[in-house]
Amino acid sequence: MYRYDEFDHRFVMERTKEFAGQVTRRLSGELSEEQFRPLRLMNGVYLQLHAYMLRIAIPYGTLSSRQLRKLADIARRYDRDYGHFTTRQNLQFNWIKLADMPAILAELAEVEMHAIQTSGNCIRNVTADHFAGAAADEIADPRPWAEIIRQWSSLHPEFSFLPRKFKVAVTGAAKDRAAIQVHDIGLELKRNDKGENGFAVWVGGGQGRTPMIAKKLTDFLPESDILAYCDAILRVYNLEGRRDNKYKARIKILVHEMGEEEMRAAVEKEFAAIRGKTLTVPAPEIARINAYFAPPAYQLCDPATPVFVAAQAADSQFRMFAERNVTPHKQPGYGVLTISLKPVGGPPGDATSSQMDRIADLAERYGHDEIRVSHEQNLVLPHVRLDDLPAIHASLIEGGLATANAGLITDIIACPGLDYCTLANARSIPVAQRISERFADIARQRDIGDLKLKISGCINACGHHHVGHIGILGVDRKGEEFYQITLGGSGDETCAIGEIAGRGFSSDEIVGAVETVVDTYLKLRQTPQEDFLAAYRRLGSAPFQEALYVA
Amino acid sequence: MPLYRNGQFVSDDWSFADDNEILGAGPSVVSKARFLQDRDGLLARNAPLGLVLQAGENFTDIEEDLLHFAMIVLTLPKFTDGRAYSLAYLLRDRYDFSGEIRARGDVLRDQVSFLLRAGFDSLEVSNEPTIRALAAGDVKGVSVRYQPAADDTGDTSPEGARPWLRLAR
Repeated sequence: MYRYDEFDHRFVMERTKEFAGQVTRRLSGELSEEQFRPLRLMNGVYLQLHAYMLRIAIPYGTLSSRQLRKLADIARRYDRDYGHFTTRQNLQFNWIKLADMPAILAELAEVEMHAIQTSGNCIRNVTADHFAGAAADEIADPRPWAEIIRQWSSLHPEFSFLPRKFKVAVTGAAKDRAAIQVHDIGLELKRNDKGENGFAVWVGGGQGRTPMIAKKLTDFLPESDILAYCDAILRVYNLEGRRDNKYKARIKILVHEMGEEEMRAAVEKEFAAIRGKTLTVPAPEIARINAYFAPPAYQLCDPATPVFVAAQAADSQFRMFAERNVTPHKQPGYGVLTISLKPVGGPPGDATSSQMDRIADLAERYGHDEIRVSHEQNLVLPHVRLDDLPAIHASLIEGGLATANAGLITDIIACPGLDYCTLANARSIPVAQRISERFADIARQRDIGDLKLKISGCINACGHHHVGHIGILGVDRKGEEFYQITLGGSGDETCAIGEIAGRGFSSDEIVGAVETVVDTYLKLRQTPQEDFLAAYRRLGSAPFQEALYVA
Repeated sequence: MPLYRNGQFVSDDWSFADDNEILGAGPSVVSKARFLQDRDGLLARNAPLGLVLQAGENFTDIEEDLLHFAMIVLTLPKFTDGRAYSLAYLLRDRYDFSGEIRARGDVLRDQVSFLLRAGFDSLEVSNEPTIRALAAGDVKGVSVRYQPAADDTGDTSPEGARPWLRLAR
């Protein structure tokens, strides 16, 4: 993991002190709410329906157990004993008093954490593949680059007042777990036939009210040029992006209006002027940052993993857990464990203080002290010995954390929705809860197989409904909550925006409608191995629309 | 609006002329439209010439003339409009402009350090709390930086790191 040095510490301490001063000015009345707004947003503080909300940056979703314990501690002492993990790998506290913010930020700084640039029209917290450094299919670790970009973008003097927010995601595997094609900049770290690392650079993806899949501006950019290339993209965007309408201000609209070719030409022209100068990342610096992300000191283990094998044979509950929630690791005898924060009937992404403490303990004892937050709102222990999994599983059961539904229909992404958010048109969490109750039977879920269901409470699409295999969008119709269904979306390397199935459903109807879609799939799939997305791509929308609206 | 330069409020020697107004003998600032209309006449004057760009205007058609100006004023209609930061960067980095770059308009005090880093050297601001903060010298911002910027002197360069990464002031 990255560790702060004196410089990084000083940066966060000074920033925390500066924000404490801003809060004091707000509380004293020197700053109006309007004047305070852009300042608090740069520091991750939102004003929600009921209270101020604090969004804490978890750079590329990586936490140590010490940091997770601190988050648990803050939840216990300053909030209502829980936190909410978000689709941007961050953590939100929903019930914070403004007067407590400086103290909380000072406590976060003690564990190398902050809330800088988790909101506002700036370069937001950089996200990455949550299996980085662990997944068997990884080509190169994206975290060092996420860290280099994080540093470069921190309080950037030129790019802190952009037309709109700006999100960067990095993956280091061909299998895209970071949804890079729906980001403002998506980076795929890859290796060419000479063994050199570089990036495919995607620009102008995004969700929201105008979903767009990013365009690939270059297929292979030498890695040392990445900051200069990002700088060029940001400068073109800062100067040319629309500022007349906040709904048309994201870079996706600029790329769409300029066209891919013209955008590429503008970026390449700017890049040519700065390439090879100060923003080139020198090889020793790449090595210095990479050293922070060296693999952990793996313990010796029997590659036959006898304990793991025996437990699966003896305990079907454990076997089902291992099948769904454990992903292949690059190190023999190890696995990547997904801890689902989607219990049946629970709000997706929430964890209580004691659950966070438990996961921190498990990470410390079994997981080389590392925890990841996934953009699918789960937690991950990236490095665990397979033979330790039965013991981990037993502890997770005690903590109500052993839901064996990773990647299944109840592993739902949902935004906070109208229960918390000022933007929302409809509630998301209760719909997620009712769907997960309807499909609670794990045997039925496993029969349905891989299915990504994502719910947004408004068109801003924080719940990623556009890229859900089944997406649900909450809308307001004459004061009543309605829910539109989209089908066939995907946030991976085969990125697609879901198609609207037809008219929306009332809150009472929506769960049944989802069930109709699922039943139609089960009826029409060619084999149990043909998953929902594959079947939808083969069949198209017609049979699903017929089942929803005609039958 | 009071003018702030090099750490203090100073009197302004420049006059900003309307497009139809006859210029005085002293340093005068003109719009881009007026400059394009009367380029040769303005350059023949025997006094410093300044240019003011409104938000949304850029260097198209005047790229070759930028170094003729003693001052370029970039207008910030709203503190949220960040285009001027990139224009200032381009003036310093791309056009080697060494004259005065002035920010004119709505600036929050927390933006002062960004503006100075982006290449501005004078501020003519309307926001009252910002004016008070400038007067009190309370505009330092965070002193450690993660990016190269126009105000770097390149005085520190730890072995192997990006030379600009560890700059602190």
